[in-house]
Amino acid sequence: MMSAADFAAIRLTLELAAVTTAILLVIGTPVAWWLARTRSAWKGAVGAVVALPLVLPPTVIGFYLLVMMGPHGPVGQLTQALGLGLLPFSFAGLVVGSVFYSLPFVVQPLQQAFEAIGERPLEVAATLRAGALDTFFSVVLPLARPGFVTAAVLGFAHTVGEFGVVLMIGGNIPEKTRVVSVQIYDHVEALEYAQAHWLSAGMVAFSFLVLFLLHSRKRGGAR
Amino acid sequence: MQSLLARLLCAAVLSCGTARAAEVSVAVAANFTAPMQKIAAEFERDTGHKAQLAFGATGKFYAQIRNGAPFEVFLSADDTTPAKLEEEGTVVAGSRFTYAIGKLALWSAQPGVVDDKGEVLRRGAFAHLAVANPKTAPYGVAALEVLRKLGVADALAAKLVTGENIAQTHQFVASGNAELGFVALSQVWSDGRLTGGSAWRVPAELHAPLRQDAVILAKGRDKPAARALADYLRGAKAAAIIKSYGYGQ
Amino acid sequence: MSSAAAEPLPGAGIEACFRLAWPGFALDAALQLPGRGVSALFGHSGSGKTTLLRCLAGLERATDGYLAVRGEVWQDDARAVFVPTHRRPLGYVFQEASLFPHLSVRRNLEFGLRRVAAAERRVSLDHAIALLGIEPLLERMPERLSGGERQRVAIARALATSPRLLLMDEPLAALDAQRKAEILPYLERLHGELDIPVVYVSHAPEEVARLADHVVLLRDGRVLASGAIDEVMPRLDLPFAHDEEAFVVVDAQVAGRDERFALTRLEFGGLPLWITGLEAPLGAQVRARVLARDVSLALAERHDSSILNVLPARVVSLDDASPGRTLVRLDVAGRALLARITTRSAVQMGIAPGMSLFAQVKGVALLR
Repeated sequence: MMSAADFAAIRLTLELAAVTTAILLVIGTPVAWWLARTRSAWKGAVGAVVALPLVLPPTVIGFYLLVMMGPHGPVGQLTQALGLGLLPFSFAGLVVGSVFYSLPFVVQPLQQAFEAIGERPLEVAATLRAGALDTFFSVVLPLARPGFVTAAVLGFAHTVGEFGVVLMIGGNIPEKTRVVSVQIYDHVEALEYAQAHWLSAGMVAFSFLVLFLLHSRKRGGAR
Repeated sequence: MQSLLARLLCAAVLSCGTARAAEVSVAVAANFTAPMQKIAAEFERDTGHKAQLAFGATGKFYAQIRNGAPFEVFLSADDTTPAKLEEEGTVVAGSRFTYAIGKLALWSAQPGVVDDKGEVLRRGAFAHLAVANPKTAPYGVAALEVLRKLGVADALAAKLVTGENIAQTHQFVASGNAELGFVALSQVWSDGRLTGGSAWRVPAELHAPLRQDAVILAKGRDKPAARALADYLRGAKAAAIIKSYGYGQ
Repeated sequence: MSSAAAEPLPGAGIEACFRLAWPGFALDAALQLPGRGVSALFGHSGSGKTTLLRCLAGLERATDGYLAVRGEVWQDDARAVFVPTHRRPLGYVFQEASLFPHLSVRRNLEFGLRRVAAAERRVSLDHAIALLGIEPLLERMPERLSGGERQRVAIARALATSPRLLLMDEPLAALDAQRKAEILPYLERLHGELDIPVVYVSHAPEEVARLADHVVLLRDGRVLASGAIDEVMPRLDLPFAHDEEAFVVVDAQVAGRDERFALTRLEFGGLPLWITGLEAPLGAQVRARVLARDVSLALAERHDSSILNVLPARVVSLDDASPGRTLVRLDVAGRALLARITTRSAVQMGIAPGMSLFAQVKGVALLR
C-alpha cells in the first residue's frame, strides 16, 4: 500500500501542477495572443522557443536550468541579487522549471484557439465601440474558452507527468521537491515494486481520465 | 559476376561475425566512468577486443539485468548487488571479484570551502549538501553513515539534496547549486591529485568499505572477450589506472 | 451634367482622401459624399470599394489619408490624427452578419449600445428592434437564425450605437434573392426614418437603383465618377449606360390614379408618367426605373400606338455603344433618360444633339 511519503508526493505534485498551470495561463495568454496575431519577423523564433520543450529531452532542459539557476548562472545571479536565493532544490525552482517545460502545452492550444477566432469578431467589436482590452475580455476570452480548458488541462497533466526536469533540479527532497514521478522512480530503483505499482497505476488512471474527458468534450463541442 | 557477389556477401557476413565475437557489452557503475573509459581503451589496444560501455546506477542495472538486458559483464558500485545476482543464478558462477574499493570525498567546486578534516560539516554554514540517493546508491549509504558517525546527521537532514546517482550528485556540486557534497573520490581525483575545488578525503573507518565487485553475467558465459576483460581488470595496467583515480584495491 | 453642382458643402458631408498600396492593388481615392441619404460605392470586385469602406471605418490604415465626417476629423495623416475605429461614432454592417456566437440576439444588440454614453444615444434599442422587425428573435442564439434574420440583427446592432455614419459592405451579397427581398424594405425604412448618412458598397445595379441617392463608381482603386444617381447613371462616358440592362432612375410624385384601368399617374417636371398598378398612395414620393432598351424615339407625337407614355424630349448626346446600336441621352423636362436604338434608325432619323423629338416609354418599374 501507499506510505505517508507517497501521499506527501501526491500532494506536492498536485500543488506543483496547480501553481504551474495558474502561472502558465497568466503568462501563456499574452504570448499565445501575440503569436496568433503578430506579423513580426520574430514570430518564428518565439514560436520555436515556446515549442522547444516538445522536442528537447527533459534532461537537457533540466541541465540548463540547473546551470542557469545556479550561483554562476544569469538567472541564479538575478535571484540572488533580488534576495530570493537560489532556485534549484526548492519548490519555486520546480515551478520555474515546470513552467518552461509545460509552456507549449498551454501556449499552443491557446494560440490555435485565438487563431481560429480570426480577425472578423475583433473588427466587429471595434465598430461597436470596444477597445482592444475590452474586446479581449468580452469577445476573445469567451470565444476561446474551449482553448483555455484544453490548455489548462494539458498544462496540469503534463506537469503532473514531469520527471526528467524535476530530477535534474529538484534534489529529491521530501515534501519540497519529491513529486510522484520521482517517488515512483525511487521505488523502482529500490526494488519496491508494489509501491511503484500503486503510484504508477494511479498515474495511468489519472492521465487516461484527463485525456478521456478532453476528448469527449471535444466531440461534444463539435456537435 | 554471380560468384563475385556471393563471395562479397560471404566476406561481409564473416567480418560481421568476427567483429561481434570480439565485442563485450559492459554495465559500469557511474562512479567508475572515468577509469573504465581509460581501461577500455588500453584493453582494446592490448587484446583487440572492444568493450561497449554503459554507465548508470547500480540499482537500475540490477533491474535491467534481471529483465534480460544484454550485458555480459557488470561492474557494480557495491558488493551486495553482484552477490544477489549470483544467488539468482544470472551470473557465471565463481566469476565475482572485487575490482576496486571506493573512496568517499566531501567535495566543493570552490577552493577553500572544504577543509581537510571535514569541520565544514560541523559548522553547517551552507544551504545544500548533496548526497547520492541512499535508497539506491552505495555512496549515498556511506555518506549518511559518515554523517551519523560525526554526529551531524540530524542537524544537516534539512540541507540534504539527493542525486539520483553519484554522477548527478557530482553535477549538483559542480554546478554550484549545492555548495558541497559527498562524491566518489574517483570523480574529483586524477593522476594522484584533486582536479579542482576543495575536498576532504573521508577516512575509510568512518563508513563500511565500498567494495565494488564485478561479475561475468550469464550472457557473457561463452564470450572469450568477457573473460578477457575480467582478467584484464585484475592485471597490473588496470590496477595502476584504478589507483590513479583514488580507488583502493 | 457635371456632378460638381450636387456636391455638398464641405463640413456638412463626408470628405475623404485615401492612398494605399499593396502588392497588386493600389487605392488612390478622393471623394466628397453628401451628409445625408445613401451613397453607393459601386464597382466590380477588386475595384477597391470594400477597401475604401474599411478605410472610412479605420479598419484599414491608409498611409496618406484624410477623413472628415460632418465636420469632425477622423483621420488626418498630415497632422498625425487617426481616431481608432472604436472611438468613431460609426456603425458597420459586414457582408456576413458576424454576430457574436456566444451572445444571444439581445446581448448582441446591447453589446454596442452599452458602450455608448447615455447622452449620445439617439436611436433607442426598441426603435432599432422595431425598424428591423426582430422582436421575436431577441432570446435566440445566432446559430438558430436564418441568414436574413442574422443580417437584420447585425443592422439593428449597428443602429443601436446611434452612429453618425452607417457603413454597409454588401449586406445582401451573401443572401439569396428571397432573403434580399426580405431585407430591402427594412433598408429603405432606414433611409426614410433616420437621418444617418449611409455608405453602401454594392456591385448590384438593382440594389443601387433602389437604395442610393449618390453613386461613386470605382475602378482599379480610383474614383471614376461620383454624383447624384440620376446624373451618374445616364452618363454615356461611364459603363452604366452601356450595360445590357442600362437604366435611369426617375424620382417622381404620385399625382393621380385611374381606378378603372388600374393605372397610376406619376408626375415629374410637370410631365405625366403612367405606370400599371395602384400600390403607391397618392402624393407619395416614389422612384421609378426606366430601362434604356424600353425607350424608343419618334420624330412626331403619335397616338396610334399602344405605348402609353410619350414624352417630349431633346437629344443631348449620342454614343455608338456597340456595332449596330446607338445610345441616345435625352433631356426630358430637365431629367435624363436613355434610349437604346439601332444605329440604322438613328441615321435614318437624322438624330443629332439639340434635336427635339418624342420618347416613347414602353415600360416603367416602380422601385420604391
